[in-house]
Amino acid sequence: MKLKPTSSLLILCLLGGCGGEQDPNAPEKSKRPEPVELVMVDGRPDPAVLAEVQVLHRDNGEEPQTLDPHLAEGVPSSHILRDLFEGLTTEAPDGAVIPGAAQRWNISRDGMVYTFYLRRDGKWSNGDPVTAADFVFALQRSAAPATASNYAQVLLPIENAREVLAGDLPPAELGVHALDEFTLQIRLVDPTPYFLGLLSHSSTYPVHRASLLEFGNRFSRPGNLVSNGAFVLKDWVVRSHIELVRNPNYWNADKVILDRVIYYPYEDQSTSLKQFRAGDLHWTYEVPNNQFHWLKKHYPRELVISPWLGSYFFGFNLTREPFIESPELRLALVMAVDRELLTEKVTQFGEQPSYTLVPPGIGDYESPDQEWTHWTQEERNEEARRLYAQAGYSAERPLRTEIRYNTSENHKKLALAIASIWKQVLGVQTSLVNEEWKVFLQNREQKVLTQIFRAGWISDYADPYSFLELFRTGHGRNDYGYSNEVYDLLLIEIAGERIPARRQRLMQEAERMLLETMPIIPVYTYVTKRLVDRHLRGWENNVMDHHYSRDMFLLKSRERGRQAAPAGDGG
Amino acid sequence: MIQNHGILRHAAQRLLGVIPTMLLLITVVFFLVRVAPGGPFDSEKALPPEIQANLEAKYHLDEPLLQQYFRYLGQIIVLDFGPSFQYKDWTVNELIAEGFPVSLTVGGLAMLLAFVVGTLVGITAALKQNSPVDYGTMGFAMLGISIPNFVVAPLLILLFAVYAGLLPAGGWDWSVKRMVLPVVTLALPVIAYIARLTRGSMIEVLHSNFIRTARAKGLPEREVIRRHALKPALLPVISFMGPATAGLITGSVVIERIYAIPGLGSYFVTGALNRDYTLVMGVVVFYGLLIILLNFVVDMLYAWLNPKIRYDERS
Repeated sequence: MKLKPTSSLLILCLLGGCGGEQDPNAPEKSKRPEPVELVMVDGRPDPAVLAEVQVLHRDNGEEPQTLDPHLAEGVPSSHILRDLFEGLTTEAPDGAVIPGAAQRWNISRDGMVYTFYLRRDGKWSNGDPVTAADFVFALQRSAAPATASNYAQVLLPIENAREVLAGDLPPAELGVHALDEFTLQIRLVDPTPYFLGLLSHSSTYPVHRASLLEFGNRFSRPGNLVSNGAFVLKDWVVRSHIELVRNPNYWNADKVILDRVIYYPYEDQSTSLKQFRAGDLHWTYEVPNNQFHWLKKHYPRELVISPWLGSYFFGFNLTREPFIESPELRLALVMAVDRELLTEKVTQFGEQPSYTLVPPGIGDYESPDQEWTHWTQEERNEEARRLYAQAGYSAERPLRTEIRYNTSENHKKLALAIASIWKQVLGVQTSLVNEEWKVFLQNREQKVLTQIFRAGWISDYADPYSFLELFRTGHGRNDYGYSNEVYDLLLIEIAGERIPARRQRLMQEAERMLLETMPIIPVYTYVTKRLVDRHLRGWENNVMDHHYSRDMFLLKSRERGRQAAPAGDGG
Repeated sequence: MIQNHGILRHAAQRLLGVIPTMLLLITVVFFLVRVAPGGPFDSEKALPPEIQANLEAKYHLDEPLLQQYFRYLGQIIVLDFGPSFQYKDWTVNELIAEGFPVSLTVGGLAMLLAFVVGTLVGITAALKQNSPVDYGTMGFAMLGISIPNFVVAPLLILLFAVYAGLLPAGGWDWSVKRMVLPVVTLALPVIAYIARLTRGSMIEVLHSNFIRTARAKGLPEREVIRRHALKPALLPVISFMGPATAGLITGSVVIERIYAIPGLGSYFVTGALNRDYTLVMGVVVFYGLLIILLNFVVDMLYAWLNPKIRYDERS
């Protein structure tokens, strides 16, 4: 489908205005029960304030592809697996890496050898002890070619992992060894500062060897699945629900308050919203993109918006005209985009305007400063016009280009808005092309048809390297065709650097190098947006958007008669 | 006797015809899904080549296309649709076995509701032709046909679940209260369609000679309708119902999404979008078989209902 952008003002109005205010006098707001005040005793919620029924109803967006931790990819699987299994490390509610199945660990001075001391009270849900041998078995299985894990790249920092994956070495050669029943040693190929974080990823979870051998690829079914996390699998009806119950054998079971967690695969955001309004859900996966104002008005305290570890941007194809040798043209296009306007009027959910590749919120990493980002939009537009003219374009000879995106209402709105901004500021003539997801991915990869295309990256682990390596020559997702020898060398240097401050500087240097030639148009930093029932507590916003049900609990409702006037309920 | 024999022969011929039809369907779909750009394992996260190779080997995608095709034919003869690429813990057979009863229940009930209400409304309208009742019901039917179910469904949910709190907003647990809204939503356009069909054919039948004869014999109007007019008037409805039933009981992607029902319908769409070759093949083959089966049933019903059609030696 080709669309021609027309008058930008009109479009922005339409985009902003089509928010669809649903029935402004919806009555259910006042009917929603109020939770009691949370009282903590010794760092735990006072039993007196807890709801009698501790069953969490949690929307999970779609059916998980699998509950086999080593085959899992995608967010829905990961959420459930985090409740079922526990890796060597796990995460606190705020996202900090904390001890999981391993009670503590040592890291060698060169950062290449990790020694983990497992909990002696760690148990599988059937009562078997969780041993170092379980982890050796699991990591070898995760890397084995026969398993065909499509997330095994998480294991690549481990010694011999690449060779095992390629089938050149047997899985037994993986650099993971049990020193004794409860001591595990992992050798790395590069010092990988984020390695502890990777060990909370499902690709590194332990699996119960005996049940895996007994049930084969049916081991992840209810009744068969033996896990070591806070919950066990009770029931699984495909595309209906997945029910977990508390695992009494979990080492920290005393601290787990929820008795059951039920995950629903609601693909339709408005279905999920209606379920929430009807009181059938405590936690939605997302909220409908176009209902920000309605939600803000009716559910101001339930609507939770929080920064996410992901950047939304558009990419340039640097291997084709008109973007091969024209950094000034690219910079002109980047500067002219009024990000404040886009996030305020188009995306609307509090997304942070972005001028860099790496999103904020990764440790203390700071992206390099660019002078023009301190200017007003008017100043940027002026500079953009100068650069545009310098690149040889003018009103008589305008740039004709194309933005390609995968079919989605949000991408369409943004592409349309950007095209109309460019038209207004620079006179660029942009046509829009939307494509079905897999066709789009293939075209991006082939770099023949694309000029400007939607891109974006949400990282699996909190490290800028995850973003920077996308631009390595030959990287499988380098659809920009960015290739710079110095940059590639810098990446190698970063991978081998173990002193955090030096590594940070190298990463900043790499990002600066990228931003100077602008292979992308940064637009905004992703946010997560969902409705959370106010009775549900024990979770915190974190940039990874990882939320473990084991930390959550439900407060009981305030009795009707004693209901205090809720503060700030004016809407 | 001769007549029954004819029906059997016809049935046997029809059933033999299933084989080339299905073979054609399988072949076309097999190659079409593979011609579509992109593969089942493409995603925004790039796979290292080693991993891509392992995945392809596991699902035999590294073999030459013809070898894959014959491998698939070998499987399908024993009705083994293989493992799903997308839902990795399940085989396509299991997914169909879990989803079909749900779709069959919702779709079957919707069809039943649509048939009963639709014919009743249609007959009433026909008998009161050009009266306010006729115009009212037919106007309503026109609305039923024209308003898409992705509009009706959220409206019903808002009214009955969110505001009135009488019914659940969605989800599935085999309870009647969760079936009501999806069944009604699914049935509405079909009710409308059947009502209009019934009305039209009923009016036509009522003007035909044999009805005039029946009336002339002094039969009460009730009997005329029941014994003489009803059967022929339902003929177009029956032929509409064959493929319509196949469509309804294999699930509707819209209804399933909005009411969060774990039926078969979504697999047609998600299977194709994810390039889940085995799942797409599985549901298409299954759907094909159902359509053939239901058309066959319609044919047989036709022969029984319509005295003008007889599958005897002479035809």
